[in-house]
Parts: sequence; C-alpha cells; structure tokens
Amino acid sequence: MSDPLILGAVAYDPKVVSIWDGFKEWFAARDFAFDYVLYSNYESQVEQHFAGAFHVAWNSPLAWIEAERVARARGRSAEAIAMRDTDQDLTSIVVSRTEGGPASLEELRGKTVGVGASDSPQATLIPLLHLAEAGLEPGRDFQVREFDVLYGKHGDHIGGERDAARALMNGEVDAACMIDGNHLLFAQEGTLPAGSTTILAQTAKYDHCNFTVLDDAPKETIARFRELLLAQSYDDAQTRPLMDLEGLKQWVPGRTMGYAQLERACDRFGWLAPFLKRMGAA
Amino acid sequence: MTSEAIDLADLGLDRGAHVVLERRLRASEPGARLAVHGVDPALSTHLAAWARARGHGYEEAGPAEVLAAGVESSGARLVGWLVRGRATGSRWVGARRAGAADAGVPDAVADRADETWGLAARGASVEAGARPLHFALSDKDRVWADEVAELLRQALAGQWDPATAIPWDAPLEHSDELEDALVQVLTFLIENETAALIIPAKFASQVHPHFREVQQLLAITAADEARHVEVFTRRALMRRDALGLSTVGGQESLRTLVEEPSFELASLLLSVLGEGSFVNLLWFLHRNAPDECTRAIMKRTAQDESRHVAFGVAHLARQARLDPALLERMAASIERRHDALRETSGLNEEVFDALVVIAGGSLAPPDVARGHEAVVDLAAQMHAGRRQRLRLLGFDEPRAEALSGLHTRNFM
Repeated sequence: MSDPLILGAVAYDPKVVSIWDGFKEWFAARDFAFDYVLYSNYESQVEQHFAGAFHVAWNSPLAWIEAERVARARGRSAEAIAMRDTDQDLTSIVVSRTEGGPASLEELRGKTVGVGASDSPQATLIPLLHLAEAGLEPGRDFQVREFDVLYGKHGDHIGGERDAARALMNGEVDAACMIDGNHLLFAQEGTLPAGSTTILAQTAKYDHCNFTVLDDAPKETIARFRELLLAQSYDDAQTRPLMDLEGLKQWVPGRTMGYAQLERACDRFGWLAPFLKRMGAA
Repeated sequence: MTSEAIDLADLGLDRGAHVVLERRLRASEPGARLAVHGVDPALSTHLAAWARARGHGYEEAGPAEVLAAGVESSGARLVGWLVRGRATGSRWVGARRAGAADAGVPDAVADRADETWGLAARGASVEAGARPLHFALSDKDRVWADEVAELLRQALAGQWDPATAIPWDAPLEHSDELEDALVQVLTFLIENETAALIIPAKFASQVHPHFREVQQLLAITAADEARHVEVFTRRALMRRDALGLSTVGGQESLRTLVEEPSFELASLLLSVLGEGSFVNLLWFLHRNAPDECTRAIMKRTAQDESRHVAFGVAHLARQARLDPALLERMAASIERRHDALRETSGLNEEVFDALVVIAGGSLAPPDVARGHEAVVDLAAQMHAGRRQRLRLLGFDEPRAEALSGLHTRNFM
C-alpha cells in the first residue's frame, strides 16, 4: 500500500477512536491505506490542515466555514467532498415550557434563553441568528445563558443541549435551543416529557458536517477515498456497525448550500474574527 | 404514485408514533409515500428529524395541500409525507437463525456454536456482523449430554426452600460427643461443597450460551451447593458457637479440583468420582445421624448431588463414545491427581473418627466397633460406586477397579 491518506478529526467523545479505528480497518480491507490524527478542538484542526498535517478534515459546519474563509483569504480553495445523509436539512428549534412559559417569540422579550456551547452552530449560533432576524437581538431583547460543554468542539457533544433542556424544565431559563432530532430524543429519554414543551420557532434547514479537502490534497487518493466512502452500504453487515456509530445510512456528495445561515450568524455576531485574525485571514 | 395514508390522531413521535410508522413503511417498497395525518403540534418537526435519522425522506405539506386534504374524523390534519428509504430492513440482510430453542427439534443444537452468535438466545435470528464473543467451550461434543434437558427439568423441579424443607425445630437430644462429631463432619462438608460450587460456576461462564441447558444446569448446580453450604452451616451452629477443623491435606485435595483447567477432567474428578462418593456419604449420614433435622438435610442434599453426578456421567460417557482417546486422558488425570496427593495425609482423622462416632452412636466400645465397621463398609460402597460409574464411561472392569482405587482418600 502507498502512503496513507491522513484524516484529521476532533475527539469530542471517546467513541471517536472506535469510529476512525473502524474506518482504518475497513479501508485496509479494501487495500486503501488510511490513518487519522485527532485534535481536541476544531480551531487547532483547521490550523493544522493549512499546515499540511493531514489531507482531509472531518469538519463541523463552523470548521468548514473557518477553513473556507482562510483558504479564500490566502487565494486558495476548500472543497466539501462528502457528508452523511443525516448532515443534510437539519433544523433547530426554540422551545418553551407549555405550562406557564412564553407562548410566542414576542413573549421572549426580557426573558432568558438557554443555548448550548458558544461555538455550537445548531444549539447557539443558528437559533440565535433566527431570533435576531425575527427582531429579537440576543443580549439586548433577551438574556442568553450558555451551557458550555467542551468548548472548541463546536457543540458536537450533546451535553450542552441536554443541560439547557434540563434548565428549561427546572425553570432556570424560559426557553432552550436544540436540534429538532434532539427535541425528540429528549422527549423519549424523559428529559423533556412528551407534551411539556412548545416549539416557539424553527430555523430554516441547514447542513452539518462534511469531509473537507484543500486544493493541495493528493487528487487521486482523495478521489479513491471518496469513491470508497460513497459506496459504503448499510446492507453490508461489516460496514453497518461503523455507519451506526457515525450516525448515517448513506454517504452523499458534499454540498455547501446548507451553510448560508451559519455564514450569516458568524458575520452578525462577529464570532470568527479572533480565529481568522490569528490565521492572517481577517 | 399512489399514496397510502395514516391517521395518528393525537399520537406524537415523542409518545411512540414511530412504532406505527415504522411498521407501515416496512410493509412498503423503497420510494413509497405515506401521508401522515395528526394533531400533535410538534409532529412535522419530529417527522423530519425521525425520517432523517432512519434514512427515510420527508416532505412537509404546504398550506394549500393541508387545506385540500381536509380534516379526519379524529380532528387530524395532513402534516406531510414520509418517503420510505432503503435502509429499513437492511439490518436483517444476512441474519442467521441460531438453531432452535427446543433441543428436541432436529438440528436445534449446532455441533459448533458460532462466536458471532454471542449471547443471542438459541433459536433467535441473529443480525450479521457482530464481533465474535469467545467462549472456551463452544463444541457440542465437549459439553452436551442427550439427557441434559431432562436433567435440567428435574433440577428446576427439585429446588427446595431450607426454611420449609428442613425441620429446624426438631429436638436435639443426643450427647455432646455426637454433636461434636457431627459439627466436625459438617465442617468438612462445607469445605467440600465450596469446591463443588466454584467449579461449575467457573465452567458455566465458559460454556457457549448456545448450549443453554448445560449452562443452566451448571448454574443450578452451583446454586444447589450454595444452599448446601447454608444448611450445613446453620445446622452446625445450632448447638455450637464455632465450626470444627480444616486440614492441610483436605485443602490440597480440593485444590487439585479447583485448579483443574479442563472441563472434562474437572467433571470426571468432581462429579463422577467426588460427588459420586459424596452421595454415599450423605446417605450414610442420613441413615446414621442422631437427629431428624440432620437426617432431613442429608436426604435433600444427597438427592441434589445425585443429579450432579448424573450429568457428569452422561456428558462424559457421550464424549468418550465420540472420542475414545478421552478415556486415556481421564485415566491419566486420575493418576496425576493421585501422585499429587500421595504425600498428603488423605482424609483427616477427625472426620474419619467423627463418622465412626456418628455411626456407632456413642463412645462405648461395642458402639465404636459397630461404627468403625460401618465406616469401612461406607468406603467399600464408595469404591463400588466409582467403579460402576467408570464402567459407564467406557472403562473395562480391571481399569475401573484400579482407577477407583486411586481416588483421593478425602472422598471428594
């Protein structure tokens, strides 16, 4: 086998090792050399991607925007080559307690909204943008209370959303932000008992993670990697456990049309400025 | 394309609607559309999230479509359409049925249990792709007995509650000498039954769960021994504050059992030879014990031990028929154990003497002589029993006679 394709990924949970070890074994069985390096946060990963430490990044949506903007500022380009079927068309929602909580967005004025980690696209940036575009400016029209679990991991860890949901039920906050699917999950696990919450707002659809490559990536190796990935089948008993761990039924070609809301959120809240400045891309 | 429809009424996905939806989609082909009607305000949001996670498509109905669809009798309105994805049912592609639950059905029990069956029930349809779970005893020939299901049935039916099965309040009117002798024998029994608990417990965890009757029987055997330890202890403490003596020789003899790594050889030494001899000992105590309580305990425990012996003989006889070389390995293990114990003192003299006192009933010389004769006779019965069981395994008469003679003087 030739030099391995190196993937960069963020260790947001111990299962990340199982996932990429599994991929390594899976690719090896198909005569494709693959290895990975883990980072504790996405900013280091993006920085090291540009330093040439690896070939392809498994990027959060925010890390994708960071990589794309740094590339653009340097006269280079980044490409999203593949994503999970479950990365497409997500929405986030803002929920309140049905009993005694705010019954409309207007009633959120002067209240406290619980969000996830400050760098979570799904539990913080995108829903806060949605509220801002609906005329409710965070910090001015309502208080924001962050439930930071593992900052730097862009909200990949579900803990921040769950803590915000618990705070909602405890009465510590008046509304909470979360991904649509986690609202369902929290109901099923009892964190938010069925019928106890009302959806006050729902964002437009957006996309989540993708495999990102920069323009100097080895083209043939990347093409083979993408080809093997897109051919993974949930029907295959050897592959299925990996796909279950990674949370998908099928890999699909990457697209970037689903990041517009997050782009606007970054611009509106100036969230990326320190990182881009550090990378010489501001 | 035709569209099926479902009315969830007020049932939401946060209260189990997926159970109904998944079954409806499973019955259709990939690409089929299912119109979903309901009243739960979160339904559309949840349908989108659920469909995404399950690999289905979802299209939310627009206002005009909702209006055109009207209102169901339940009050439900059209919410959107689920589009059945390809992944439904994929999990069961390549699944294999792990034999059949009823061991009496032809081919119910595999010759070799597949490691990827793991802990799956025998007879279940097992998803492909599980990581192998290793069990040291995965071959039918090494563990199985044709009578195992019947022995299990008997074991389950034969469980007894010490609180009601033993007359703990029966009077104890015998002498202190007899009670001391009894406490010494009970101390010896507890030690031996502890070995007899540890060994099946150890092997129960090594038997592949596909051979569930064997695993269950070993587990019940361990539970039987746990009960025996309990009743022997309770009886010993009825008139005494402390137990009797434990010897180095006795411990050495049991150590060779506990440390035997082979299931077959441990079964031979423990069940066929040791517990078989114990059955004789327990019936001897049943006949000779001075009180009703002890007699009842010995009867119950002897009945349990007989089942343990029956399984040991049954599975080893079957295995020896299939693999005649096993007989030589068994013979070698008996000889090895004999050599290992050659330098030990064998049965501790306190136990031997206590048995004489119990059988004689007192320390009066004629009673001691009668008791001594009874214990010598007991040893002969044990020897005859071992010889007979070794014959059942396939040894010829001279070999069975010789091997029985090498068995530990410690009985177990």
